[in-house]
Amino acid sequence: MDTLVAQLQRQFRDYTISLYHQGFLDDQFTELKKLQDECSPDFVAEVVSLFFEDCEKLIGNMARALDQTGNVDFNLVGSSVHQLKGSSSSVGAKRVKGLCITFKECCDSQNFEGCVRCLQQVDIEYKSLKAKLQDLFNLEQQIVQAGGRIPQVDI
Amino acid sequence: MNSGSCSSLMDVGYDHHHHHGHEELHVLAVDDNLIDRKLVEKLLKISSCKVTTAENAIRALEYLGLGDQNQHIDTLANNDLKVNLIITDYCMPGMTGFELLKKVKQESSYLKEVPVVIMSSENIPTRINKCLASGAQMFMQKPLKLSDVEKLKCHLMNCRS
Repeated sequence: MDTLVAQLQRQFRDYTISLYHQGFLDDQFTELKKLQDECSPDFVAEVVSLFFEDCEKLIGNMARALDQTGNVDFNLVGSSVHQLKGSSSSVGAKRVKGLCITFKECCDSQNFEGCVRCLQQVDIEYKSLKAKLQDLFNLEQQIVQAGGRIPQVDI
Repeated sequence: MNSGSCSSLMDVGYDHHHHHGHEELHVLAVDDNLIDRKLVEKLLKISSCKVTTAENAIRALEYLGLGDQNQHIDTLANNDLKVNLIITDYCMPGMTGFELLKKVKQESSYLKEVPVVIMSSENIPTRINKCLASGAQMFMQKPLKLSDVEKLKCHLMNCRS
């Protein structure tokens, strides 16, 4: 008979693996976890939180720039995309990063419809990742509260 | 005590109060991206470096005492603030990391000898060669990993001994 801790740990393991396999996360996220220790037990959560705040801010900037009908500054949009691409790459947000690559191409070719589409997709994608990571962090918390240790998951 | 080999990252604790004295590298990390700044800071601290961050090249130059007003901050004479390594992003608004590299290298003070490492998310050979030709110690591909910082420390230790 499985204990609650064992069940939660299995859920955590399975969920983590699925996030990697479905391409939400890549091995840079694994690198982030390596930096978490007793001295900074919330490092990953903190960085990830900063990342999502950054997403919101940059997407806002891009939306405003794209809203200037007839006078869109594609360089401005492009530089925000560049920032977002950098951040997403640094935290292992694989899908967001992938979208940024396409988005940058649309900026460079001044493809307005393409940019608008990419913006919508990036917005959906970062919010989706945010929800999933929240679920993951919640599982971690439940494991700890049930007296267990968070398992190391090898992808 | 330092034989030139890398200290194991597993052995070194992250301890605010323990001073390694002159063995501890003081790194100035320059990057306009907040997340990247946080990441590089953590990577360096885990590798027992003291870290000062700057969000752009101008701020970095000011910290090094090379600001526009050419302020000579007295505290720079104090060993605690001497920088042993500058690690900078290439792509930054205003002054690029490459321009920062050149400014540091044209100094006549101790700064000229301070290794400058350039980071970039883009792998452009002409860019890399340009930086190395202008005196960059190393070029590092982003996103940075723990193993990159380990390699960097080894490289610097070997250069020092």
